[in-house]
Amino acid sequence: MADPAMKISDEVAVQITAMNKWYGTFHVLRDINMTVQKGERIVVCGPSGSGKSTLIRCINRLEEHQQGQIIVDGTELTNDIKNIDKVRSEVGMVFQHFNLFPHLTILENLTLAPIWVRKIPKKEADETAMYFLSKVKIPEQAHKYPGQLSGGQQQRVAIARSLCMRPRIMLFDEPTSALDPEMIKEVLDTMIDLAKEGMTMLCVTHEMGFAQAVANRVIFMDQGQIVEQNEPREFFNNPKSERTKLFLSQILGH
Amino acid sequence: MQFTRTEMLPPQPPPVSQSGAVKWVRENLFSGPLNTILTLLSILVVYYLLNLSLPWLLHGVWNASSLTECRTIIAANFGPDAGGGCWAMIHARWYQWIFGFYPPEVYWRPILNFGLLFVAMAPILFSDNLRGSVKLVGTVAVLTIIALTLAQGPWWVFALCSALMLASVAVALLAPRYLLVATVLYPFATVWLLWGGSIWGPVTAMLGFVVLVLVYRPLSPRLGVVMATSLAVVAAAIWWGVLDSYVAAALEQVVSLSIQPVESDKFGGFLLAFLIGVSSISISLPIGILLALGRQSDMFLIKTLSVAFIEFVRGVPLITMLFTASLLLQYFLPPQVQFDLILRVIILVTLFSAAYNAEVIRGGLAALPKGQYEAADALGMDYWQAQRLIIMPQALKVSIPGIVSTFIGLFKDTTLVSFVGLQDPLRGITTIVRADINWKGIYWEPYIFVGVIFFAACYGMSRYSLYLERKLHTDHR
Ligand SMILES: Nc1ncnc2c1ncn2[C@@H]1O[C@H](COP(=O)(O)OP(=O)(O)OP(=O)(O)O)[C@@H](O)[C@H]1O
Ligand SMILES: [Mg+2]
Repeated sequence: MADPAMKISDEVAVQITAMNKWYGTFHVLRDINMTVQKGERIVVCGPSGSGKSTLIRCINRLEEHQQGQIIVDGTELTNDIKNIDKVRSEVGMVFQHFNLFPHLTILENLTLAPIWVRKIPKKEADETAMYFLSKVKIPEQAHKYPGQLSGGQQQRVAIARSLCMRPRIMLFDEPTSALDPEMIKEVLDTMIDLAKEGMTMLCVTHEMGFAQAVANRVIFMDQGQIVEQNEPREFFNNPKSERTKLFLSQILGH
Repeated sequence: MQFTRTEMLPPQPPPVSQSGAVKWVRENLFSGPLNTILTLLSILVVYYLLNLSLPWLLHGVWNASSLTECRTIIAANFGPDAGGGCWAMIHARWYQWIFGFYPPEVYWRPILNFGLLFVAMAPILFSDNLRGSVKLVGTVAVLTIIALTLAQGPWWVFALCSALMLASVAVALLAPRYLLVATVLYPFATVWLLWGGSIWGPVTAMLGFVVLVLVYRPLSPRLGVVMATSLAVVAAAIWWGVLDSYVAAALEQVVSLSIQPVESDKFGGFLLAFLIGVSSISISLPIGILLALGRQSDMFLIKTLSVAFIEFVRGVPLITMLFTASLLLQYFLPPQVQFDLILRVIILVTLFSAAYNAEVIRGGLAALPKGQYEAADALGMDYWQAQRLIIMPQALKVSIPGIVSTFIGLFKDTTLVSFVGLQDPLRGITTIVRADINWKGIYWEPYIFVGVIFFAACYGMSRYSLYLERKLHTDHR
């Protein structure tokens, strides 16, 4: 653990029990069990196709699971639309390809959901948006369109957009892997700031520097299963399973 | 070889490109042997066509009372063999081209209605362009008032209509948002102004929508969107089908507010073309959107119905539908209900172009990356919010050229209504004019005239779509 100030409470943020998911006949997630404490920062890694994206997308129901239980902040994800809406309004998500709304300005991107979903007055939403834009260090871009920003700036806007909904949990799906190397740092810095403030984070990433700096747990997945999880130092210096060793040698080896 | 720049270069203006007419001509018209031959050929063709038609157009006669008189005038001025257009026909039959057989003493009603059309459209056409909207409403107000001075009618009608138009300009200038009130009321005002009769008919029809909302609002949180929508539609249908006419009659008993009724068979000319065109265009877009969404829906029944409807309508010629509908709609409705012919045609043309629009919009939907839906979902938006705020603005933007093509096609198809006995400008009125003993034998002029007006309207639509595309171009990709 990098920073003792990052407190982890013993309240449970996400509880996944014996969860299974199939795409057609393809068993993509197998017997997933995991508990995320409030304030925890978890990095999920693993080879391509191992089901990392699918796992975190199940947490806000972008994907539906078929067996087992997912409880997010006390709400179980079922077919009940009310529960899904409740969970989604508490869970923010940042995508690999940003998914900003190209027809709206940056400011409108940030205020749209607060105004329509949270029913916050426009003025207040604007203020919140500007606050978070300053936090991700691009308040001067507020009136531009997403297409006019660099990749790194767009991803920071996407993070700010999620934060404007005041989420309690943030999910990141490879937030830096569509970015040029010089932009990766600015996004990671934003994420590190967020972690320091105690946000509960689940992050799929191959940025092992980030994992070592802020994660308090690394989860390694392969073939739809959780193969190994441990605190970062142990995970990197002393991996237990052969698959983990192989994976680490591949991504750290050169 | 070491080099260090000690002084940074200041930016320079770009080089002046060679310009001028000679360069343009050389590059665009005579850049090679093939291009030169093509250019010369084109010049020949253009010359031939102009040689053929220009004298005819220039010798045109604007003041005459019959075709014979036209010919005499042309022969006197340009020699016995000269040809020339007899535009006097337009002049003589002007009102019939515009209004068909609409009673002349109430021409002010369609005129006012046409003026208000642009007032109602302004907030939609120029949603965040105040200057555009004020310019449009201002111009239309002036033109409407001029047209009204030419129409018959008591002075107070003129005063009232002019006041209404000027008030619209004031609203456009001072409180542009409230123009939307005009947009909402416009369809009902149209029905009343054009067909006349009691004002309570359109008012109670409007109340049907209030019923719809009043039923939907309290039910939707309890029963869900689909159930609540269905029940609300049923309630509104009961209102329109059963209660509506009694309430209207009762209100008319209490407060009589009627104007002279005008039967549908009196409508004709461009009044008819624009009435059918504008109504169908404005209703077919929302229906097209719903059909496109229906076709993409996960719900089997909705999807199947949408697909079946779209494929059926697209597979059947419009004329066939117009013909059979005259009969079919009568079968489905109780015999005592005389379904208005114009209304019937509007419904059919609307459904026809809605099916085409649905396909065009589906193309736009398909062009959207999946990430847009996911982002909307992840932010907690529900289906209709995501559609309205994220998906449709982008999908419609992509579909603008296609949608406008459908609209232009639809507008031109309004001339087909002559086949069910309505007096459209192209065939209906032209036939009538040519049956007149004074204008017997006139051939090109009516078609050219109608063609020019249709071209102007369609060209306007296409220019507007270009403006819209440019305005909505925010991708910067
Ligand atoms: N919609 C889908 N339908 C069918 N199979 C899918 C679908 N989405 C993903 N898969 C499959 O599920 C598996 C897991 O996909 P997932 O995207 O979760 O992998 P990942 O670990 O995120 O990989 P990457 O590192 O490449 O992003 C892959 O084999 C993929 O081919
Ligand atoms: Mg992935």
